[in-house]
Amino acid sequence: MMQGSANDTKERRIMTPTLRIENLQVTYALAGGTLAAVRDVTLAVASRECLGIVGESGSGKTQIFMAAMGLLAKNAQASGSVRFDGREILGLAPKILNRIRGSELTMIFQDPMSSLTPHLKIGVQLAEVLVSHRDLSWGAARRAALQVLERVRVPEPQRRLQQYPHELSGGMRQRVMIGMSLLCAPKLVIADEPTSALDVTVQAQIVDLLRALRLELEMAIVLISHDLGVVAGLADRIVVMYAGRVVENARASELLRRARHPYTALLLKCVPNMADARLDRMPCVPGQAPSPAVSERGCAFAPRCPRATEYCKAERPPLRDVHDSAQVACHYPLFP
Amino acid sequence: MSAVLLEVRNLCVDFGALAALKDVSLDVKAGETLGLVGESGSGKSTLARAILRLIPAARGTVMWCGLDLLSCDAGIMRRQRRDLQIIFQDPLASLNPRMTVGETLAEPLKIFEPSLAKSERRARIDDMLERVGLTRSMAPRYPHEFSGGQCQRIGIARAMMLRPKLLICDEPVSSLDVSIQGQIVNLLLDLQREFGTAMLFISHNLAVVRHLSHRVLVIYMGKVVEVAARDALFADPIHPYTRALLAAVADPTRSLAGTFIASGEAMVVGEGLPAGDHRAPGCIYRNRCAYAEPACARSAPELEQAAPEHAVACHRWRALVYS
Repeated sequence: MMQGSANDTKERRIMTPTLRIENLQVTYALAGGTLAAVRDVTLAVASRECLGIVGESGSGKTQIFMAAMGLLAKNAQASGSVRFDGREILGLAPKILNRIRGSELTMIFQDPMSSLTPHLKIGVQLAEVLVSHRDLSWGAARRAALQVLERVRVPEPQRRLQQYPHELSGGMRQRVMIGMSLLCAPKLVIADEPTSALDVTVQAQIVDLLRALRLELEMAIVLISHDLGVVAGLADRIVVMYAGRVVENARASELLRRARHPYTALLLKCVPNMADARLDRMPCVPGQAPSPAVSERGCAFAPRCPRATEYCKAERPPLRDVHDSAQVACHYPLFP
Repeated sequence: MSAVLLEVRNLCVDFGALAALKDVSLDVKAGETLGLVGESGSGKSTLARAILRLIPAARGTVMWCGLDLLSCDAGIMRRQRRDLQIIFQDPLASLNPRMTVGETLAEPLKIFEPSLAKSERRARIDDMLERVGLTRSMAPRYPHEFSGGQCQRIGIARAMMLRPKLLICDEPVSSLDVSIQGQIVNLLLDLQREFGTAMLFISHNLAVVRHLSHRVLVIYMGKVVEVAARDALFADPIHPYTRALLAAVADPTRSLAGTFIASGEAMVVGEGLPAGDHRAPGCIYRNRCAYAEPACARSAPELEQAAPEHAVACHRWRALVYS
């Protein structure tokens, strides 16, 4: 499954990654030139692992998985390798990819309203997945749909099957979306900002639900968010993205306690919390994320970094191994 | 911080048979920030819109510097907008895509200060751009060329051009990355310090509201359930709903070990839950409430003064303050 390369050592402990992405590049051809959305990203998701991907808007965190799912826009180009369950899936024809995505590999999005079809009842939308992917009869599919709504703790599931998306609250719709992603017992669910459109109270419930489902169903989860706090509650491992690159990759427990990259440390301070809200000013990362059109020179984070020196502006720090399960791309990390 | 700028009394807004706001009363004093917290569907944006007469109110009064905004002539209402501005959640959607940033910022000046010379207008725009953390070189650019955080800065600049007395902020940071939210909150704090602008700051996130509010009002399904000075509300919340909201934002990184406490999802407007119906008797929160008693189903609790500057609408507040 894994070809012997120097890169393998750091992932040796993960014998059979469910998803393995290597040297992924995603570029967009625009009228004004080429735009690099993802730059040389390598990462792996072990079976049953929850991988958190954290970064700001435009950092490329979603693009990685849109590329993996074959959902990039027409003017985008992806290169590198994406292996799902040992099989190369990058650039597969949609027809072949459709056998995998939606069943073994599923994705849930930020806005559950626009991900559901507005004029079809919930029950029909759920059952249709099983009819098309699993060749179930409509009757059997409806029974499975009911079960999946119970699984995602939707109250009164029988009644919900008969309702339209607009009749449900945002949190309830997201539960339905999660249920839909589980219908075919996927090996990996990619959750892209699943809580960002929801109220904080409901966010906590969705995170709780994902946590419980992961244990019950023994599946792997990729959880993408701009909020390290959301990811912290669930992830085994966290990858921090900045300007299309991985800047830190470590076990969650380690990264949350000892963030090595100054960007990670700032993101941690930005997690809305009550502990230090007595301060009048609210913590933030100052400045702007760079435009993906700008060609790289030095560390992309240097203009916003409190630790940056002239060296950082001239020389881009490579992503290097700190130990066998942690990587950081910084000349002056906060911890060795 | 003394004179009351905005005085809302018993404001009711109905959407058909549904009561979106029921008997909401609040004051905003000159120079202060009143935080307004509630979940989706609680009526917080409806309140902002009803105050500005963007949607009609069924009953109640909105007194603005001695003028009743709900009954005054439309022309008089328009003139008040000079001192009464709003910024919205979606910063890009609230800017005109066909107007440059400079044109967007010039508009309020053209309307309210038409005698201003062009050069002077230009100077005011440049000054405000820099004041909100942008540069004067951005004036000829269009909204789509900016990030979400920058668009929100433009929205704030537009609202502040005329130095309003009150700025209504309707979820101004919830569509932004958490890393950028602080930038906008801090900018609002700086502007308030400089211009003395009062704010009505609406958000679903108590952790954000805490950073800039002098007082906080918690709204649930169209009713005010608790209002208090900031520190009192956060240190000693009384209403079970306020407590649940606080628990939901208690340091999320700690959830590695523990789980959140939130007592079921909010009833959404239109979901037709009999116990959530304003027209049914009883406390609207009782079916999510861990402390509900039979008495809570019989009559709706009124706002009561539980401490100086701390009011709560809960039948059981006396039991709760000692728990």
